[in-house]
Amino acid sequence: MKRTFPILAAVTALLLVFGTYQALVVAPTERTMGDVQRIFYYHVPSAWTAFCLFFLNLVASVIYLIRRNTSADALAVSAAETGVVFCTVVLVTGPLWARPVWGIWWTWDMRLTSTLVLWLIYVSYLLLRRFSDSAQTPVLAAVLAIFGALDVPLVYFSIWFFRTQHPQPVMGGGGSLDPRMLRVFLLNLAVFTLYGALLCWGRYRIEVMRRQVEETRALEALLDDGQAGSSPARSSR
Amino acid sequence: MSLLSPVTRATLLKDIRLEWRSKDALNSMLFFSLLVVVIFSFSFDPNAEESRQIAPGLIWVAFLFSTVVALNQTWARELRNHALDAYRVSPASPNSLFLAKTLGNFLFVTVLEALMAPLFVVFYNLRSIGPVWQLLLIGVLGTFALVVNGTFFAALSLRTRMREIMLPVILFPVSIPAIQAMVEATHIVLTGEGTARFWIVLLLTYDVVFTTASLALFGLILNAE
Repeated sequence: MKRTFPILAAVTALLLVFGTYQALVVAPTERTMGDVQRIFYYHVPSAWTAFCLFFLNLVASVIYLIRRNTSADALAVSAAETGVVFCTVVLVTGPLWARPVWGIWWTWDMRLTSTLVLWLIYVSYLLLRRFSDSAQTPVLAAVLAIFGALDVPLVYFSIWFFRTQHPQPVMGGGGSLDPRMLRVFLLNLAVFTLYGALLCWGRYRIEVMRRQVEETRALEALLDDGQAGSSPARSSR
Repeated sequence: MSLLSPVTRATLLKDIRLEWRSKDALNSMLFFSLLVVVIFSFSFDPNAEESRQIAPGLIWVAFLFSTVVALNQTWARELRNHALDAYRVSPASPNSLFLAKTLGNFLFVTVLEALMAPLFVVFYNLRSIGPVWQLLLIGVLGTFALVVNGTFFAALSLRTRMREIMLPVILFPVSIPAIQAMVEATHIVLTGEGTARFWIVLLLTYDVVFTTASLALFGLILNAE
C-alpha cells in the first residue's frame, strides 16, 4: 500500500512526458490555427479533470453530511483544491489559445463564463474553509458545496440563454477531429485524469496526516496540562 | 390554521419591532445605496440613452450591496446574550427561525427598494417602455433570491473570522445567475426589447431551488457549533 503512491507517481510522470511528446511532436498541425492549437491537448483534459474533481467534491460532501465520516471531508478538501488548480490551468490556457485564434483574450462566451463562475464558487468554498476555525467547518463547507452544485445548472442555463440572445462569432462549430489528433487527445485526457487523481490522492494523504498531527499535538498539550512538569516522553508516530 | 408558525411570527414581529425602533439596517442600507448611486453616476457620467443601458445593472448592484449590509447584522444580533444558543436548545424548529429571518430581511430590502426606486428614476431619467407590472414581479422574485440565500449564508458565515467580508465572498458567486436574470429582465422591460419571460422563469426556479435547499439544510447550519 505504501509503495502504490510513488509507483503511480512515477508511471504518471512517464505518461505525462509521453503525452506531451505526442501532443507537441506526433499530433498533426492544425490547418488554420497552426501550432497554437496544440494547447487543446492540455486545455480540454484539464477542464475535464477539474469537472471530475468538483464532482468528487460534491459526492464527498454529501457522504460527509450523511455519515459524518472525516475521511470524506478530507477528500472533499483535496478534490476542491486540486480542482481549483486544474480549473485555473483551464482559465489560463484558454485566453492563451483564444488570443492568436480569435484575436481576443477573453469573451463572455457560455463555456468561458460558466467555467469562471464555477472557479469563483470553488474559490469561495476554499476561502470559507480557510476563514472558519470551528470544528464544524466541514459541515459548513459541505453545505456550501451542495449550494454551489445546485447553482451550476442555473449558471449554465442563464449563460446559455444570454449568449444565444447575443450570438458571438467566435465559438467554432463542432467539426470533426483528425483520427491522429483524437488519439493524442484521448491519451492526454486519460493521462490528465490520472494526474488529477494522483494529485488529489497526494493532497488527501497530506490532509489526513495533518489532522493526525493536530490531534496528537492537542492530546500532548492536554497531557502536558495534566501532569505539569513531567516531560511527555511519547514517541510521535 | 395560520400560515406562519407561532415561532416564526414571534421572531418576525420581534425583528420588525427592533428595526422600527432603531432603524439601523434601513438607515445604513438607504445611505449606502444612495452612495452607490451617486458614485456610479460620477464614475460613468451617463447620458439618457446610456443610463437606460446601465441602470438595470446599477440598480441591482446597489441593492445587492445594501442587502449585504442588512444581512450582516441579522444573525449577529442573535449572538448577543446567547439568544441563538437559547434558540438552539429550545424545541422550536430551525426552519421557523430561518423563515422568520428571511421574511424579515425580505421586508427590509423591499422597503429599501421602494424608497430607492423613485430616486433611480429621477437620477437616471428612467422610463419603462415594456410592461411595468413585470418590474414588480422581477423585484419580488429577485429580492427573494438575494435574501433567501443571503440569510442562509449569513448564518453559515456567522462564526468565521472576518464574517463581514466572508458573507459577500460566499454569497456573490452563488448569486451570479440570479443577478444576471434580474439585470437582464429589468433591462428587457426598460428597453421594451423582447420578452423577459425566460428570465422570470429562471428567477422563479432559482427561488424554488434555493428555498428548498435552505430549508433542507438550515438545521445542520444552526446546530453546527
